[in-house]
Amino acid sequence: MSIEDTVKEIIIDQLGCEALDVVPEADITNDLQADSLDRYELIMGFEDRFDLKIDDEEASKLTTVGKIIDYLKSKNLD
Amino acid sequence: MYKRVVITGMGIISPVGKNVAENWKNITEGNSGIETLSILDPAQFTSKIAGEVKRFDPLDRLDRKLVKRSDRYTQFALIAAKEAYISSGLEGIVHPERLGVLIGSGIGGINTIEENYQIAMTKGSDRIKPYFIPMMISNMAAGVVGIEVNAKGPNLSTVTACASSGHAIALATDLITLGKADAILTGGSEAPLTVMGIGGFCALKALSTRNDDPQTASRPFDRDRDGFVIAEGGAVIVLEEYEHALSRGANIIVEITGSGMTCDAFHITAPAEDGEGSFRSMKIAMDEAEITPEQVDYINAHGTSTLLNDRNETAAIRTLLGDSADSVMVSSTKSMTGHLLGAAGAAEAIFTALALKEGIVPPTATLQNPGEGCDLDYVPQKARKQYIRNALSNSLGFGGHNVTIALRKYTGK
Repeated sequence: MSIEDTVKEIIIDQLGCEALDVVPEADITNDLQADSLDRYELIMGFEDRFDLKIDDEEASKLTTVGKIIDYLKSKNLD
Repeated sequence: MYKRVVITGMGIISPVGKNVAENWKNITEGNSGIETLSILDPAQFTSKIAGEVKRFDPLDRLDRKLVKRSDRYTQFALIAAKEAYISSGLEGIVHPERLGVLIGSGIGGINTIEENYQIAMTKGSDRIKPYFIPMMISNMAAGVVGIEVNAKGPNLSTVTACASSGHAIALATDLITLGKADAILTGGSEAPLTVMGIGGFCALKALSTRNDDPQTASRPFDRDRDGFVIAEGGAVIVLEEYEHALSRGANIIVEITGSGMTCDAFHITAPAEDGEGSFRSMKIAMDEAEITPEQVDYINAHGTSTLLNDRNETAAIRTLLGDSADSVMVSSTKSMTGHLLGAAGAAEAIFTALALKEGIVPPTATLQNPGEGCDLDYVPQKARKQYIRNALSNSLGFGGHNVTIALRKYTGK
């Protein structure tokens, strides 16, 4: 599965949102209705799935679906 | 001036049904909800039977995100609360700031605790879910119900083991009596069917091991009882100030006329000699309801199907009622539901309310041969059609907590 698809899958599973809404420009907080706890859990979900650590400062910048995908791609994951 | 309190809505999900109508049908027909444990491997426990909420899919009744963010015990409370609130017809009528929630649980989110403990032990404590604490705490059912029904008045929970929801109802009644709310959603919920929940009660030697005959394993007052049967579920009632209910033409189910709360101050698990503590809680409830022993028609017993409970509760009823004890009907609906722990008191308050309303006294469905020291009319095997006016419902919990609710048939005044 591509990074894009995996990210979408995790977001849909954790936030219970519709697949159609999970577009690159969607804001995690404002568009997908995640509260602060949801965002922590999302970050943990990405860490577990992609086997990496995302520190708090980096995490705070991952505000949209697109930014999450770009960030994970930049990590040269397999 | 003290205000009167009535029940105007009820909701329940239990081993004998997923709503009030299903529960009442099975309770009056004497149908057991006890089966071989299916949600966990029964082989690991000495007691392999339980009262499960069968084919439970929370998504049938709750939205996906809520389900993901709530423990099973909170889901039961929510489902029961929704049924109760809708049936009360209060939505859009009661002022949110005058609507309270008081829901008890003996344990809280033990499923969530176990899942996250596993994660912490295998992956490290930094992998504990952010939602662990808010999902696990035993007041969260009350909190989430408050959010879902927009109840902005008093909101809290009671934790007194198997007396939790009895205490919730007693305290909610007092809050309305004192004018601190117009209506309160109150009751309890419990989801203890986990490795630690069942394993823990097995370790206490408290559970029945009649594994080859689940349906008759919960045998309150019976000679051959061998412990209680653990069960899960949620039960919530809507209590409402009488004039408030009257003015909106509410469907008044029954009146709550009193409550009694005492402590044995004796032992952490064993009841006091001759049920001294439960005798006093029943006496206080009767006095508050201003009824005499002759006026008590029915007692929904705590009746767990343990030797100590059944004998001591019987002794307490004898002390309480004297000669009238021979004419009172006493039954334990745990013979069918098993023991819902923190949800038991509310489930049984619902059955007691319906007994008064419908004139049908639920049976102690599994009683064949009364045990030594058990010499009351336990309404064995079959429900009884009988007009009754006053009833008591007992809940007794580890810690020596005793609570009794007094209920009266509502006759239109």
